[in-house]
Amino acid sequence: MATEAQSEGLGLVFKPMEQFLVTPLGGDGPVMWFTFTNAALWTSLAVLAVFLLLVTTTTKRAVVPSRMQSVAELAYGFIYKMVEDICGKEGIKYFPYIMTLFMFIVMANFLGLIPTAFTPTSHFAVTVPLALSVFLGVTILGFVKNGPAFLGMFWVTSAPLALRPALALIELISYFVRPVSHSVRLAGSMMAGHAVIKVFAGFAALAVVSPFAVLGITAMYGLEVLVCFIQAYVFTILTCVYLKDALHPHH
Amino acid sequence: MEGQLAHIGAGIAALGTGIAAIGVGNVASSFLGGALRNPSAAASQTATLFIGIAFAEALGIFSFLVALLLMFAV
Repeated sequence: MATEAQSEGLGLVFKPMEQFLVTPLGGDGPVMWFTFTNAALWTSLAVLAVFLLLVTTTTKRAVVPSRMQSVAELAYGFIYKMVEDICGKEGIKYFPYIMTLFMFIVMANFLGLIPTAFTPTSHFAVTVPLALSVFLGVTILGFVKNGPAFLGMFWVTSAPLALRPALALIELISYFVRPVSHSVRLAGSMMAGHAVIKVFAGFAALAVVSPFAVLGITAMYGLEVLVCFIQAYVFTILTCVYLKDALHPHH
Repeated sequence: MEGQLAHIGAGIAALGTGIAAIGVGNVASSFLGGALRNPSAAASQTATLFIGIAFAEALGIFSFLVALLLMFAV
């Protein structure tokens, strides 16, 4: 890859993009559709973590919740309130899907922060299907709920008549660009943050700057914990906004 | 030569993400300015804040995408 530079004079090796390679577990070999790769491992671990947090802690429900149960209840209440605030009462029907999206993305992001881990959400191959399923689902839902009136979303009646065709074109383009920005935002920020940590780690090989490198890694790691949550939150909130547009196309 | 030109183009495209950062900062600063004038209304508007940031950021993402395409796809 073009980004893997090596500065000969100082003996520094930068391989910030190597962590994103999809490789079979336990050695090299061709990656077929059935090969169990690191991507498959960490995706399943994310699903397992969601299961552990949400299912196992709430099977023995207590009136005074245990620590893990409070975390699960907090996550549930947080997403429930978000869906209710943005989509209204009608949107509650789609709450399970949005909750699933949020929990999977947030767990995949957080597990990716473990050193030597693989981050599934840093790959377009993961985020594009997530965003496309939201896009297709919301579009189909809009037509099912509103019929042809859903197209009224592109015809801004509050604008002067002469401007409306131009606005319709802009609205149409921005509608179809949604899945692109939706998916690239998540994958891009995950990839960029992890690559920055690796670049700082490359500097740690040089004794003079190594204290600063370690400080830099620590600071970036703290920022990444924040970014991991915020990106999952933004993905979910945008899903809610798109869902609201489908349920109430007249703004 | 063509590959090197693509790398220069990728660098220029990366400038767009910095310009989008100005937009994101603008959204956040306006929000903070409004929130400090009327703190009681701030909590109900955090969702709007994040939506605004996401839309401002989307345009920076497109330049990031162009940079990625120039690096790896051209």
